[in-house]
Amino acid sequence: MEAPRLAARDLACRRGERLLFRALSLNLDAGTACHVTGSNGTGKSSLIRIMAGLLRPYAGVVERAGSTALLDQSLALDEHLPLGRALAFWAGMDGAVSGDDLARLGLTDLLDVPVRYLSTGQRKRAALARMIGQDARIWLLDEPLNGLDQDAVGMVEQLVESHVAGGGIALVASHQPIGIPGMDVLHLPDYAPGIAA
Amino acid sequence: MSAIRTLLLRDLAQFLPGARKGNTLLPLLFFLAVAMLYPFAVGPNPNLLVATGGGVIWVAALLAAILPLDRLLAPDLEAGFFDQWALRGVAEEMVVAVRLLAHWLSFGPFLMLAALPASALLGIDGATLRTVELGLLAGTPGLAAIGIIIAAVTVGLRSGGAALSGLLVIPLAVPLLIFGAGSLSTGGEGGIALTAAISLVLVAIAPFAGGAAIRAAREG
Repeated sequence: MEAPRLAARDLACRRGERLLFRALSLNLDAGTACHVTGSNGTGKSSLIRIMAGLLRPYAGVVERAGSTALLDQSLALDEHLPLGRALAFWAGMDGAVSGDDLARLGLTDLLDVPVRYLSTGQRKRAALARMIGQDARIWLLDEPLNGLDQDAVGMVEQLVESHVAGGGIALVASHQPIGIPGMDVLHLPDYAPGIAA
Repeated sequence: MSAIRTLLLRDLAQFLPGARKGNTLLPLLFFLAVAMLYPFAVGPNPNLLVATGGGVIWVAALLAAILPLDRLLAPDLEAGFFDQWALRGVAEEMVVAVRLLAHWLSFGPFLMLAALPASALLGIDGATLRTVELGLLAGTPGLAAIGIIIAAVTVGLRSGGAALSGLLVIPLAVPLLIFGAGSLSTGGEGGIALTAAISLVLVAIAPFAGGAAIRAAREG
């Protein structure tokens, strides 16, 4: 399998009239992780979407080699279906999530519960299950710790750590601290009106 | 191939009549309600009903096709499905093409079935009924294609999308209506053939127009 790679050169992002960041470069090779920090509204989520190829950068280029998985605020699971069947749709596209992973995420008992009745933390775990099933080399995580309890935060840290140890790439945008050894930090500065185009 | 099959099965489970607690039955009931109300409104004169009944069925079919438009694509964009498909290399065009098929399957054939009781209510004779059914077979794929294009174009609208998409469908559907309902007065194959031709063109462009519209909405 070709080694995954995620790189960006001289990225700039504009939302409406505001230039969120500019001249941003990053380079992640296999087995590396990067934590994107910054206050609300500094463009963390936009950066994740640009790296995923879902949003066109105002300037700059993104190079992405390898299968990519995205975890953000949208769940992409059918709200009216029981969790098991909602996940089965993605299993049909990606391959199934193993029972071990479901147990680790604490979802085994929730498979019969319709997605719309899940709590915030449970929804995040369900999204994680969807993402793990994809078995992608590059993980783009936008606020993966939102709504999770202490145990679950540790579990996500472990997941990312083992993904990176296995030669994967993780780009994590979060305002919360994440305890993963050897992780780069990319801080997005606050919006400076002076640099608006 | 397995991706197409997975998509189609999910779409059918969402849109076929009776799915999702019967919401999907509403267009059909609406269609029958129009056919039922029309004789009350214009009076029970059989000649009038026979002369205009086929046209009423066509108008009712057009309006019934508009009803599910706001649920066709917008919920999936909002819930992040299109983002996930894009990351897996599933083209928007393919999603829209599969959705078009599911949308047509969920109202076209059922509308043709419902046209049987509707034609009885309007006193339409056998030969006219045959023309209506053939016309609907030729025209409903085109209605579905117009519907999905409009649903894709209005997909990013936060509010008022449903009413606006209904309004936008109507002028685009005029050619289908002219030739489809027009085939009734001429009794002709010509009108049906033209309806089918318009439908084919619409079905051919719908995935590309819809896919481009969804990408544009995501960038916004």
